Amino acid sequence: MRPAVRRWVFLIAGAGFVAFYLWGLTGLPGFGNYPGPYGDIINSVAVAQTKATGVVSAINFEYRGFDTVGEEFILFVAATGVSTVLRHLRGERDRSALDEALDRNAPPTSDAIRMVTLLFTGPTVVIGWYLASHAQTSPSGGFQGGVVLATAFILIYLAGQFLVFERVSPVDVTDAVEAVGAAGFACIGLAAVGLGLAYLSNYLPLGQTPGAVDSSGTIALISFFVGVEVAASFVLIVGELLEQTLLVRQESR
Amino acid sequence: MHIFPFVVVAWIVGVGLYGLVTSRHLVHQIVCLIVVQSSTYVLLLGVGYVSGAVAPYFYDIPLHTPAVDPVVQALALTDVVVEAAVTALLLSFAIQAHKRFGTLDPQELAELKG
Repeated sequence: MRPAVRRWVFLIAGAGFVAFYLWGLTGLPGFGNYPGPYGDIINSVAVAQTKATGVVSAINFEYRGFDTVGEEFILFVAATGVSTVLRHLRGERDRSALDEALDRNAPPTSDAIRMVTLLFTGPTVVIGWYLASHAQTSPSGGFQGGVVLATAFILIYLAGQFLVFERVSPVDVTDAVEAVGAAGFACIGLAAVGLGLAYLSNYLPLGQTPGAVDSSGTIALISFFVGVEVAASFVLIVGELLEQTLLVRQESR
Repeated sequence: MHIFPFVVVAWIVGVGLYGLVTSRHLVHQIVCLIVVQSSTYVLLLGVGYVSGAVAPYFYDIPLHTPAVDPVVQALALTDVVVEAAVTALLLSFAIQAHKRFGTLDPQELAELKG
């Protein structure tokens, strides 16, 4: 299909979509008139039931915990998928730019970048752990914390070179950490079954103060394992993509 | 009746789809897909919004303060995770397509056989 024809087909289809969408909007309750009832019910019972003040985390790791297991495994499978798709094809091998031009040195990373990344790596790790371990308290949780933690490794890559990134996050170790994170979540759920409860029931003591670090039982623990898993997944995915651009070359014939 | 946020949703979908249709580069196309998907965040949060309500976090506000729907916010989190996974996979497919066919133009890729 020629681009101009394609654009016309899209515009006609788009006009139809807009018409149906506007027609559909007339039946909605309108922005700000939330009809309920699920959100209101959960908001009124969640803090008393789970001792978590972050209701979104309570939903994620408690009320629909089984769903979140699936969500976590989506990331797990994506990391596996990226490694599989980016496996070495025939005739490819690892060569860094340094190997290709032995007589030329790679330009050194500028001191400004080194200083800034060095300054930020520590705080990034702290913020990542803070987010991953306070799911029950504030707007945070394992998913957000894990992504921030993975950023710390990308800062290390920026400060040094890809080989340093590989040294601080060897693929085997990251793989194992990812598996521990994913299995940890699943096993917390299975432990509930072992105790004669439903899968992913909250069997740990809930604590007294809602929102305290030791409150909310399994919510905090699951969030920790999710943080580990998400961080490892992202480090793996970013590592695979970096390796493609920096190391893998076609074998010269 | 306020429908402005929902009009924004349709606009984001439309802009993203237009990019998808007219794109001449696979990476650009992937970014357009992300734009289309980001409309769902606006839709989810718009559906759950309650006029004048606070965020569903009761750490420093009294219980039973009117709060917005936390269920759709939890769904938005799932949405973000799926987007990250899909983007990573699509980008790695784009890398392999470029290695194999030497082009990232969807038009040219469609003409190639095999």
